[in-house]
Amino acid sequence: MNIDSIKNGIVLDHIKAGKSMQIYKYLGLDDMDCSVAIIKNAHSNKMGKKDIIKIDDTLNLNLDVLGYIDPDITVCYIKDSKIVEKRHLELPSRLVNVIRCKNPRCITSTDTDLDQIFRLTDPEQGVYRCAYCESRKSSQKDY
Amino acid sequence: MKHLIDPMDLSVAEVDQLLELADDIMLNREKYQEVCKHKKLATLFFEPSTRTRLSFEAAMLELGGSILGFSSADSSSASKGESVSDTVTVVSGYADIIAMRHPKEGAPYAASLHVNCPVINAGDGGHNHPTQTLTDLLTIHQEKGRLDNLTIGLCGDLKFGRTVHSLIKAMARYENIHFVMISPEELRLPDYIIKDVLEKKKIPYKEVHTIEEVIADLDILYMTRVQRERFFNEADYIRLKDTFILDEKKLADAREDLCIMHPLPRVNEISKKVDEDPRACYFKQALYGKYIRMALIMTLLGVSVDEH
Repeated sequence: MNIDSIKNGIVLDHIKAGKSMQIYKYLGLDDMDCSVAIIKNAHSNKMGKKDIIKIDDTLNLNLDVLGYIDPDITVCYIKDSKIVEKRHLELPSRLVNVIRCKNPRCITSTDTDLDQIFRLTDPEQGVYRCAYCESRKSSQKDY
Repeated sequence: MKHLIDPMDLSVAEVDQLLELADDIMLNREKYQEVCKHKKLATLFFEPSTRTRLSFEAAMLELGGSILGFSSADSSSASKGESVSDTVTVVSGYADIIAMRHPKEGAPYAASLHVNCPVINAGDGGHNHPTQTLTDLLTIHQEKGRLDNLTIGLCGDLKFGRTVHSLIKAMARYENIHFVMISPEELRLPDYIIKDVLEKKKIPYKEVHTIEEVIADLDILYMTRVQRERFFNEADYIRLKDTFILDEKKLADAREDLCIMHPLPRVNEISKKVDEDPRACYFKQALYGKYIRMALIMTLLGVSVDEH
């Protein structure tokens, strides 16, 4: 399958197969006028199968959130049809207003104007804990 | 150190400094009686707690400072639906330091994000109670003269008792600590404390079901209350309740220098007769609570005797 290469934009590569729609939704790509290509289940030597998103526009991406959804994603910035920068993501140490604490005893359950803050407490297991009540949240699953 | 929200916010060195200052305050109370003159402590207690609030207020008054605040949510704007952040933003204009108790977990942390003055967590639901942990550490330090090389028995409700969980985490940072957990099966220490703290740090521990079988080995016996509502059925509670009541008989084989602690309030888990035993330290423990809070208030306000 051939997809036109983009001139100025962003390619999100090495997306775990099946996760591309989730990312498409989060980034609000459905509201954009530019060309967006979602390639699902592309062949990958490293991963077997992967998803790719090509965006024919330059956006300010929140890399922390992308890293939380899928830390293995590679973000390629394209300028004049050439890759000018490659960014490898990792689990962000802190998430603000990305996920919500579900503990009914947490202060954020009643004071809803508070930022929802989570800290990465176990990078190996991808465990985040609410900064207020320390309730546990594993990465990705609940997004 | 700007705020005290979680007992583990403090490094071992910072704990040592607080204990040292508390030691000096106890020995030279006159020296500190005006050190917080013109400073105000706001005690914002969104749920009642006589002991902790009075301890904070007594601490500030002994340092020459003043106090203001409320002792239940009904008497604050929270009853009108005001958020914690709004309440503390207003109060921080009136006070130099805030001690907050709140039924919701993380409320003092939320407060600390919205004010410039120091915030002390005086208990947030079943989550943290760092000044109780500091009180326990000062008690052990005073009564045993050390925080290392100790065998600590923890008795009663080890499942829901936040003071026990915090004490384990705090003491796990010192050398050669052994823990003995004494509880009914229903109220044993949660697995995450065993795995994340004890096993991770390779701290020796054992779990038993009676006080008598281990009392002779203990340097410290930390008692907590076994509450009726923690049991699934009344029969189990009645069968087990006396096993975890400390009386003179159970102390027969205890060491002469055993230190018996309890975070209080006590209901019936320590017999009144034990109060007369010189090894009973729980009322002294409450007094130590005032001194460690004095040391904490001074440290967070950044005041010292030299300035006065």
